[in-house]
Amino acid sequence: MNSRTVEIWVGIFTAAGVAALFMLAMQVSNLSSIGGTAGYVLTATFENIGGLKERSPVTVSGVRVGRVESINYDLESFEAVVSMKINDDYQGFPEDTSASIFTAGLLGEQYIALEPGGSLDNLKDGGRIQLTQSALVMEQIIGQFLFSMSSDEKQE
Amino acid sequence: MLDALQRLGQITLQFFQRLGRGNLFLLQTLASLPGTILRPGLVVKQMYSVGVLTLVIIVVSGLFVGMVMGLQGYNTLVDFGAEESLGVLVALSLVRELGPVVAALLFAGRAGSALSAEIGLMKATEQLSGMEMMAVDPVQRVIAPRFLAAFLSMPLLAAIFSAVGVYGGHLVGVGLLGVDDGAFWAQMQDKVDFHEDILNGVIKSIVFGFIAGWIALFEGYDAVPTAEGVSRATTQTVVHTALAVLGLDFVLTALMFGD
Repeated sequence: MNSRTVEIWVGIFTAAGVAALFMLAMQVSNLSSIGGTAGYVLTATFENIGGLKERSPVTVSGVRVGRVESINYDLESFEAVVSMKINDDYQGFPEDTSASIFTAGLLGEQYIALEPGGSLDNLKDGGRIQLTQSALVMEQIIGQFLFSMSSDEKQE
Repeated sequence: MLDALQRLGQITLQFFQRLGRGNLFLLQTLASLPGTILRPGLVVKQMYSVGVLTLVIIVVSGLFVGMVMGLQGYNTLVDFGAEESLGVLVALSLVRELGPVVAALLFAGRAGSALSAEIGLMKATEQLSGMEMMAVDPVQRVIAPRFLAAFLSMPLLAAIFSAVGVYGGHLVGVGLLGVDDGAFWAQMQDKVDFHEDILNGVIKSIVFGFIAGWIALFEGYDAVPTAEGVSRATTQTVVHTALAVLGLDFVLTALMFGD
């Protein structure tokens, strides 16, 4: 086989390999949806974050607007501090926006849902969300349910 | 009793001698890589025989692996009503594990054995000694281009394997079994991370390419220069590469994903 044909084939092979990598990056992974790390940071403190992880989604009305960037524990207030990176396209949440940790489906992953309030002032970069609702822990719910059941029975 | 001890010692010494020869061989190869880059024609030719000729088996296997995973994954996930996660399942298992590992195993079978046989036969027919006689360094002229070609081809092959596999899964999942097209891709993009999953998969395949090329070339170079020796070298290439790849895969996975 002459060397031109060989070189053309190797060229095709290399191009196909690079195209496959590009396809994996853009179509399969989240590289296209984050688009770098442009965004601003909001923090919120929670009593209990349940199964929330770094990179968990942050949504408003079900629309994903950002991701959890880091989770730390504050030893002074004894609460978990979650910082979220919100996409620059979604700016201007009111100051009294509340953040809750919910679970997608029965066994799904946990995410933060923001609910905008009615304040006229907006949250800025590095702003802190005051109103938070912790993750529901299954054992606590069952415990409360059993407790209320037994107290109901006593009343009857 | 003493004979058995002697035999044990002999085996141990042989093992370490071989290991040492292998490492010296690798150092020699790496040292002659800069000279090889100046002659890209040799590398291109080797990439043809190592990479392009392996392409067919990689594409076909990738497609079928993806299709089988689509089928099996669907059957399991549909019980939980989570068939939309099929894309995640297919993409993550391909990109993280199956792409690099299966591509490396196929690579060892298709290209590695051919490399060993070629080098082993060159040695048996004293072509390598002939080169040395003419003051041509066989490591520089024969080994290094092949090593570089294997090293460059492996990540490309693994990426093609994964990409084709994802489309295979899509073909079965969306085309045949009726998973929602949008959910398939959206969940996949949601859960597959570029750095965490795809780059780590690429790193794995680079490591496997290095190992597969090294083992194949060393087995050929170190072969007993007889017909039997070459056939043994070819077999050992496949066996050793498979063992090394699977063992290393566990180590790499533990390092990368076991946070």
